[in-house]
Amino acid sequence: MDAHALAPEEHFIQKEPYYEAVGNEIAIFEAAYRHKLPILLKGPTGCGKTRFMEYMAWHLKRPLITVSCHDDLTASDLVGRYLVKGGETVWVDGPMTRAVRVGGICYLDEIVEARKDTMVVIHPLADDRRTLPMEKLGQLLEAPEDFCLAISYNPGYQSVLKDLKQSTRQRFVALEFDYPAAELERKIVAAESGVDMALADKLVKFARMTRNLKGSGLEEGASTRLLVHAGKLIAGGIDPVTACRGAVAQAVTDDADMLAAIQELSSSIF
Amino acid sequence: MPGITRSAAEITELLEGWLEADFSFRKVGPTAQKIAALSVAEQDFILDWTKRVASSNLEVAWQFARRAPALIGSMDRRLMEAWVLGACDVYDRQGLRHALTVMEEADHFAERQLEMTAGVLFEDVAGVLGNFVRGLSGRKLAVAQDKQAYTDTEKVYLPGVLARFPVAEDNFKLAKAMLALLWAQTRFGTFRADLVAACAGFPHPDRALGQLHALETLRLSARIAQELPGLYREMERLKQALGEALPAGWERFARRLAEPEADIEDSLILLGDAYQLPDFRPWCYQGELRPDAVAAAFAARREKEKARLRVKLAELLEEHTRHRPPQAAESEEAEAPPRFDAEITDGDGRLDLELTLDGLPIAPPEDVKQLMASVWLDFGDIPPEYLVPAGDGEYDASLLGEQRADPDSVWQGTYHEEGASFYSEWDMGRQHYRKNWCVMREKDVVPVYDGFHRETLDKHAALVKHLRRAFEAMRDENRLLKRQAWGDDVDIDALVEAIADARDGSEMSDRLFVRQHRAERSIAVAFMVDMSGSTKGWINEAEREALVLLCEALERLGDRYAIYGFSGITRKRCELFRIKTFGEPYNDEVKARISGIRAQEYTRMGFAIRHLSELLQGVEARTKVLITLSDGRPDDYFDIYRGQYGIEDTRMALIEARRAGVHPFCITIDRDARDYLPHMYGPARYIILDDVKDLPFKISDIYRRLTA
Repeated sequence: MDAHALAPEEHFIQKEPYYEAVGNEIAIFEAAYRHKLPILLKGPTGCGKTRFMEYMAWHLKRPLITVSCHDDLTASDLVGRYLVKGGETVWVDGPMTRAVRVGGICYLDEIVEARKDTMVVIHPLADDRRTLPMEKLGQLLEAPEDFCLAISYNPGYQSVLKDLKQSTRQRFVALEFDYPAAELERKIVAAESGVDMALADKLVKFARMTRNLKGSGLEEGASTRLLVHAGKLIAGGIDPVTACRGAVAQAVTDDADMLAAIQELSSSIF
Repeated sequence: MPGITRSAAEITELLEGWLEADFSFRKVGPTAQKIAALSVAEQDFILDWTKRVASSNLEVAWQFARRAPALIGSMDRRLMEAWVLGACDVYDRQGLRHALTVMEEADHFAERQLEMTAGVLFEDVAGVLGNFVRGLSGRKLAVAQDKQAYTDTEKVYLPGVLARFPVAEDNFKLAKAMLALLWAQTRFGTFRADLVAACAGFPHPDRALGQLHALETLRLSARIAQELPGLYREMERLKQALGEALPAGWERFARRLAEPEADIEDSLILLGDAYQLPDFRPWCYQGELRPDAVAAAFAARREKEKARLRVKLAELLEEHTRHRPPQAAESEEAEAPPRFDAEITDGDGRLDLELTLDGLPIAPPEDVKQLMASVWLDFGDIPPEYLVPAGDGEYDASLLGEQRADPDSVWQGTYHEEGASFYSEWDMGRQHYRKNWCVMREKDVVPVYDGFHRETLDKHAALVKHLRRAFEAMRDENRLLKRQAWGDDVDIDALVEAIADARDGSEMSDRLFVRQHRAERSIAVAFMVDMSGSTKGWINEAEREALVLLCEALERLGDRYAIYGFSGITRKRCELFRIKTFGEPYNDEVKARISGIRAQEYTRMGFAIRHLSELLQGVEARTKVLITLSDGRPDDYFDIYRGQYGIEDTRMALIEARRAGVHPFCITIDRDARDYLPHMYGPARYIILDDVKDLPFKISDIYRRLTA
């Protein structure tokens, strides 16, 4: 089967994504959306932030335009730039401009990774002006009713360099995400990966052990996403300890001692 | 000489020399003959270690040399090294008598004919097992070494060598199983009852404690079977391999204690019956039960944790009431004081903590969770008085954190090492580290507000101006990069050329864009300033001036920097004086601290390098530099540190720093430094100033060249 090419603004999510609400985040998001407030998702990696955005895009029936921010991401990457085509310069919209034009949901993933000057571009879009200045075109793009801006960030990376400025964060309605409670996480792992509840339970127990190690040699414990990966491997016939090694231990650390310790934890559980 | 067998006479001569046999009446002859009968490699090994240990203590070395020939055939070299180093460590910490008991242990090795080739060493497994036990739920336990395996509920102690099995893998599993069982003691409430009192009623309390330990082992093994089935399978396998099984008469206890609700009380109830049975032979992973160690740890912890938890809750309360409208808070206060409740569910292998404030759940931060878990482990619930937020100033800061204790107060009472950091030191004679040898404390320099900063700036006005300009030029400004394949904007010049090329029929370049290049200097530098007694006077003056000028220059550059002074007297009192930390801005207080730098005592350097390179590793920067300002060689008071020992330790500390990615550099005014600096720092990593007066002029220049 050929890969299906799609312009980002046509990316409507057709099938309901699997999402288990942890609290009242869906209601809060909807209310913020109705009042045209931008949203900030906080939480560790792999706890369901992106899945939540997909779910909300499906729920609100808007296209979802995701930009994964990196440390070289500039304002032009978001807004657009002139390109040269056949000897002429042609303006090409960036993903954020596209999202504003069609009234979609623009989701900037891991916003703190982007360069600092990038933040400033989203400021007028994130307050009640709801406009996107396009300096190079000399235009000001007004966002339609349906447009929604969402950003995510992981406060766990405690770095002075990578913190969200107050002027940015105080424009957003914040939703805090964490790993789901044990019962719920078990349900998610079982549903997503196809393993039975007993095994999902052990996986969750294992994840909690690795999360205990956060701060003492491990930057971040195993996320729900990793558990689903491990679960899928196990459902595919891989031995649990091996699956945990490949899908979880190797994913969270490179340190040999830590790897061995995590390996000992998983071999103790299964 | 490697490769040549030595005769007994030659060995006798060597041993007599190292062990000073003439003065001590040690009869080295027979030992020398035994050594002479060995192979070259074995001779080398024994003689090398004898010489190395002799640099620490002659008697320990002699005891080693005496026993080694008999052991070397049956004992793995690695284990033998661990044994002799273990004895040296014990000698360092506890003195000769204890070290000799470690030496005597070797006689048992031989007696028991243990398979000493596959043992695991504590050092090799401590890292992995430390992480393993921290991953398990409950209090964060540390792993430490002692003669036996036991826990005091804060640390889990394991023996230095485990060698029950012929395969190393199994010995590791044994260590893991021991650790897990000791963890289970703290996790499943073995110490919630007063074990000593419970055993006191029996005719032989020691025997009662032994039987109780057995009962608890049964109970905890069952809990582990539930919680960590994989590990339990391993434990069973180990027991089987050694032929250990449940003795007759104990089956009913095992059944009863395997029930999920069984706790220490059940074991105590069964103790009466168990006491009647013959002694339980401990299982391989059983370890020891030490109520005395637990009681001591508990006594030290109890008040501290109560204070910390109550203060933390007060902080939480403030945080949560701040957001409420003021009237609401007031009226509520009139009705009832805010009330914290904690609910802890320990089921299904998990410890879930819930904290509510006036019935509303709040998410406790990680440290509060840790405290609550720890309190729960001790009591089985959280006593209500622990949940009352502390009032203002209710607690003495000393209860809240070790760091806040005044470093000087240590010297007013009896000596203790609380609140200090420990650093190992390289012993050149032993060719190994002396563990946790230096007792290091960070102290503050007393700021002196005397206008020294302003005077220095006035005095060197012209230089300051020059420095500022020079350093400003070093700042890597943003540049517009032209002719890029990708960028923010079209490069019109490149485009015009490209179109001309295209018209011309030649290939068009694709490098048509301009891009903003943002370069950030990513340098962190720590200055380590000699505050030894010898700097008194001119040198101190020059150091202070140099620091003022340097700070002025560095502020222009925006590099992150810290300044620490070092001094000390003996290994027990190594001090680092904070002048400016990495996080601190260059403010009036820092200026006053620079002014307040005074000559102190001696120049022990190893600990300072180790500590500062550790600090540097905590800073996020691409390049890390450690610059030492010094006036002479490493030295300490009435100590072997003077001379080659100190130089070798300093050199080793620098090698460690380099291994950790820190670039060390030394600026010194000692004209004899050419004799030892190249050896310590390596070529081109130091600079010797002929005149101390040059220091303020040169230092910024040196820094610029170093980091450009």
